[in-house]
Amino acid sequence: MAKTILEVKDLKINFKTYAGLVHAVRGVNFDLKEGETLAIVGESGSGKSVTSNALMKLIPQPPGIYASGQILFNGRDLVPLSDKEMSKVRGNDIAMIFQDPMTSLNPTMKVGRQITEVILQHKKVSKADAKKRAIELLTQVGIPFPEKRYNQYPHEFSGGMRQRVVIAIALAADPKLLIADEPTTALDVTIQAQILELMKEIQKNSKTSIIFITHDLGVVANVADRVAVMYAGQIVEYGTVDDIFYNPKHPYTWGLLGSMPDLDNDADELLRTIPGSPPDLIHPPRGDAFAARNEYAMAIDYEQEPPMFQVSDTHFAKTWLLHPDAPKIPLPAAVAKRIEGYLAKGAQAND
Amino acid sequence: MINYILKRLMYILIALFVIVTVTFFLMRLAPGSPFASERNFPPQIEEKLNETYGLNNPWYIQYKDYLIDTASFNFGESMKYKARSTNDMISESFPVSLTLGIEAMLLAIGFGVLAGVIAALYHNKFPDYLATTIAVLGISVPSFILAGLMQYFFAYKLGLFPVSGWKGFNYSILPALAIAFSHAGFIAKLTRSSMLEQNHSEYVKMARAKGLGKWTIVFRHTLRNALLPVITYLGPLTAGVVTGSFIIENIFAIPGLGKHFVQSITNRDYTVIMGTTVFYSIILLFAILIVDILYTFIDPRIKLKGAKK
Ligand SMILES: Nc1ncnc2c1ncn2[C@@H]1O[C@H](COP(=O)(O)OP(=O)(O)OP(=O)(O)O)[C@@H](O)[C@H]1O
Ligand SMILES: [Mg+2]
Repeated sequence: MAKTILEVKDLKINFKTYAGLVHAVRGVNFDLKEGETLAIVGESGSGKSVTSNALMKLIPQPPGIYASGQILFNGRDLVPLSDKEMSKVRGNDIAMIFQDPMTSLNPTMKVGRQITEVILQHKKVSKADAKKRAIELLTQVGIPFPEKRYNQYPHEFSGGMRQRVVIAIALAADPKLLIADEPTTALDVTIQAQILELMKEIQKNSKTSIIFITHDLGVVANVADRVAVMYAGQIVEYGTVDDIFYNPKHPYTWGLLGSMPDLDNDADELLRTIPGSPPDLIHPPRGDAFAARNEYAMAIDYEQEPPMFQVSDTHFAKTWLLHPDAPKIPLPAAVAKRIEGYLAKGAQAND
Repeated sequence: MINYILKRLMYILIALFVIVTVTFFLMRLAPGSPFASERNFPPQIEEKLNETYGLNNPWYIQYKDYLIDTASFNFGESMKYKARSTNDMISESFPVSLTLGIEAMLLAIGFGVLAGVIAALYHNKFPDYLATTIAVLGISVPSFILAGLMQYFFAYKLGLFPVSGWKGFNYSILPALAIAFSHAGFIAKLTRSSMLEQNHSEYVKMARAKGLGKWTIVFRHTLRNALLPVITYLGPLTAGVVTGSFIIENIFAIPGLGKHFVQSITNRDYTVIMGTTVFYSIILLFAILIVDILYTFIDPRIKLKGAKK
């Protein structure tokens, strides 16, 4: 059994705004084993980025507030640490890959220095060794002519190449945990595939654990071991990739699976979307936050928040539909069909 | 780079030509003559003077003479002060103005950047409010009012500085401050907003995610990017300091070029007007060129190409 590297317990993050207190993350629990890849999926605004930034304590305070919870990294709680103590963790133990490579590099600093800076910050090595290591990293992430590229500025790189640089920076100090917040969203499709390929390679060649944030379930099937589905600041379903793809239990997960774009759709089959919009996080609704958009909602959904029901050893879902007394709702046929098509395609992509 | 600079030099020549021409015709249009203030001039003498200085020639001859004189930097003698050539006047008074101008620019940039950085680092806290208030005051109070107030309080009441004149470093502090204050305010606001903008950018977040300390991030990452707009302002700043000196040198009775320039206009001292105008134009045009070149050293994204205007 692999060692648990990260354990998040009842994490709550609020933001103070003029309109009121935004409950962006409302009690998130999950854990991550060494070498494991966890995907966090969910619609825009569901709190994926806030959760991942919170893990590195990158939430600006104010307006952010760590309202409750623990972030146990190798058993040590990060929440009470000072900024100074955190700076020894950031980049060193936990590293992050940001969404938009066009803006996440400093435009007026040479790429090489942006990499060596991390190495020199966290490792006791000479400048020359740091440079050697940086060039190794550039090679590793697939950048041709690394010696020449080392001395160039970000604007001399294409988007895909910049994201490779960002990945090299993230890997620079051999982090134990890598958080990738939608690392491919800002790139065009062919480049996305290349970056994913690179991520998979990293995953294979190192014992680094990865948290992979995305709203593209197609990517999930490809890279993740486990999946956490987020909705309105909470994890609503949690399980292995197989659990989520073959046996999804939460109606929101059904909605996400059903709304995956599928190129070989029948022409008469419309792209399904989840009706309605996410709830107001300043005044979260009573009961199940998803109730208003849930076609299978029951009376209790508007009254009481559902607990996490355990489906199997690895699989949990937060919906009253799993209560022993609830009516048994079969997986909607359209969703089942989508899943089939999707898994077939995923298998092809893996070959 | 060389191509670019040659091209820019050509533009400067064209600009100078336009400036010389416009000044020439504006001088003709303005009523009065260099000798108008000498009341009891016998008409014969005035006639003689006009002839000596070529003022009786048709305008196109005068224009041609001016162009030739200007091109050879021979601006002739002052029409007002006997036996003083324009070039002498410039070379005597320019060092004074240059000292004052450089002092004012250093003050404006130094205080401006410092106040802006502090305001941004303590965003929405007391130091921010204090710096912003002073900056807004500086921008809105005209330099001549500030000059008068400072003369009254610091020189007359408290006796900390001399009221006017130019006999040493002590004499330069108040006028330099008067010129610099509003520019410092402007630069402070510019630096502050630019720093705040950079602080919200992804690369600063990334720098934090790398585990760099707060101050390392400011000095290594944010400041350089935040100062780019300030560099752009150096051109207008030079122009502002020059025009500011026209007023301030008069108020503080400083024997600088600005004072001569203003006086030459009141006196219709054509040769001096022409000389100082051309001189100022050259300085300003070159200041802008230097700023553009400086920019490329600080921002690697900007490459000077011959094609760029
Ligand atoms: N600084 C902030 N101040 C106020 N509210 C914030 C702040 N940052 C995030 N939020 C709120 O927190 C919620 C979650 O945002 P988050 O960025 O985590 O969404 P996300 O799941 O990453 O979405 P996306 O897929 O668009 O990246 C949103 O409702 C957002 O408005
Ligand atoms: Mg996000």
